Amino acid sequence: MRMNLDINKIRDDFPILKRLIYNRPLVYFDNAASTQKPRQVIQAITDYYEQDNCNIHRGVHYLSQKATDAYEATRNQVRDFIHAASSHEIIFTRGTTESINLVAASYGKQFISRGDEILISAMEHHANFVPWQVLCQESGATLKIIPVSPEGEIIPEEFDRMLSERTKLLAITHVSNVLGTINPVKEMIRKAHGTGAVVLVDGAQSVSHLGADVQDLDCDFYCFSGHKMYAPMGIGVLYGKEKYLEDMPPYQTGGEMIREVFLDHSTYNDLPFKFEAGTPNVEGVYGLHAAIDYIQDLGLENIAAYEHALLNYAAEKLSAIGGMRFIGTAKEKTSVLSFLIGNIHPYDAGMIIDKLGIAVRTGHHCAMPLMDWLKIPGTVRASFAFYNTFDEIDKLAEAILTVKQMFE
Amino acid sequence: MTIAETEAEIISEFSLFEDWMDKYNFIIELGKNLPLIEEQYKTEQYIISGCQSKVWLHAALSDGKIILTADSDAIITKGIVNLLIRVMSGHTPDEILDAKLDFIDQVGLKEHLSPTRSNGLTSMIKQIKLYALAFKAKSEN
Repeated sequence: MRMNLDINKIRDDFPILKRLIYNRPLVYFDNAASTQKPRQVIQAITDYYEQDNCNIHRGVHYLSQKATDAYEATRNQVRDFIHAASSHEIIFTRGTTESINLVAASYGKQFISRGDEILISAMEHHANFVPWQVLCQESGATLKIIPVSPEGEIIPEEFDRMLSERTKLLAITHVSNVLGTINPVKEMIRKAHGTGAVVLVDGAQSVSHLGADVQDLDCDFYCFSGHKMYAPMGIGVLYGKEKYLEDMPPYQTGGEMIREVFLDHSTYNDLPFKFEAGTPNVEGVYGLHAAIDYIQDLGLENIAAYEHALLNYAAEKLSAIGGMRFIGTAKEKTSVLSFLIGNIHPYDAGMIIDKLGIAVRTGHHCAMPLMDWLKIPGTVRASFAFYNTFDEIDKLAEAILTVKQMFE
Repeated sequence: MTIAETEAEIISEFSLFEDWMDKYNFIIELGKNLPLIEEQYKTEQYIISGCQSKVWLHAALSDGKIILTADSDAIITKGIVNLLIRVMSGHTPDEILDAKLDFIDQVGLKEHLSPTRSNGLTSMIKQIKLYALAFKAKSEN
């Protein structure tokens, strides 16, 4: 299956992979934090500024029309990419964090009140944790947290037990950024709908590996970031079902989201513009378009198969090293490998691995409640993308041996 | 030895290392030999939280000089804490307030003080200077 991708050709598309770090070829294993960008994405941004740059949606001139067309064509492309029913259910945001904050601020203020419950899991990223915590503090609702097993899976019986008619909203990550666990979101959504809850899925860690079909999942909101799927930073998406988005008040005001302004009140534009205040990140949208084209050219199935092979190889290779502790051993995982090397502090390990030219992430990965839950200070996390190679994993294994020599 | 003299001494010690690994092995050794804070002070009150590693710091005034002890959960952080304590501990509040601490840059450890490292070291230096200010104010009253 992995032969379906020409990895050398793919690597040639990513200029940064040719960089030397401390005189060693860069090994980039921090893809769950942000992926690198192919030259097609970089070129799309350059082309925008060299050919099309102008403000969109409001000019009658040629450039404005051209940039607006490209911007709206990307909205249609995203609709097809995540299989949404309609383009006006696609809202461009700065990223997953803003998408979730938008729902918490707008839907939350309108529809969540004292006595209601919001259900999240113990493996949520802070971005899908704190907005709900704040909403609960402000509204008097209660935040309930579904526990996670030692293997890093949501405990289904606990989920069933905690779900009730008081649950007004379930906010759940599709894939854990620390553990790589793929949560059974489709089943969870079905159950949550059964008791009348609305469901938001955090797709930040899943969309570039698994794709998304929001109609098949039947989620009510779905959020993802461009920069974790080879697109630029500062562009992301909120998908929401029309029936919810229509009833929600604006999140921010000003700019394109306005219809008419009077001295004593204003009226607001239709979807999706109602939620896109101010001048949008047009270069980001151009970049996102190129990134989705790039992923679709490679084929999501090919990407998933190759990344899975990388994960299995890494798990096998690193398991052979004595004293390794793997954090997150769920049956269904994306290409994320979190670990501790014996009792060596992740910061110490990360410092030395960095000096060997390998970029991994260390620390709590913005999931402090999960670290508390697992009673560890943090992890070392290697996360793989389709431009990584088996040779690079060998280098990581060597680096871990060096760390062990230095600290043990 | 003055603060500047200790700094010069450390710079000359580090000049012997030929590569980064020797340097880090030395820092790891320093980490193991840190003048440790007493267990009773390893509490929330004395913690300086970084995102990645934690530092506990205690300061006491003895004969007009500040005595520093500390600990960290990461060894590399402990090694650098050891260097900072070696430079500053046993000096008067005024001497500590005037300390430039250029040696960190000169021995190539500046990256450890960058905010992105989030290891508590930058906050630790700030905290030591705050202690010096507090002790100074107290003695002038």
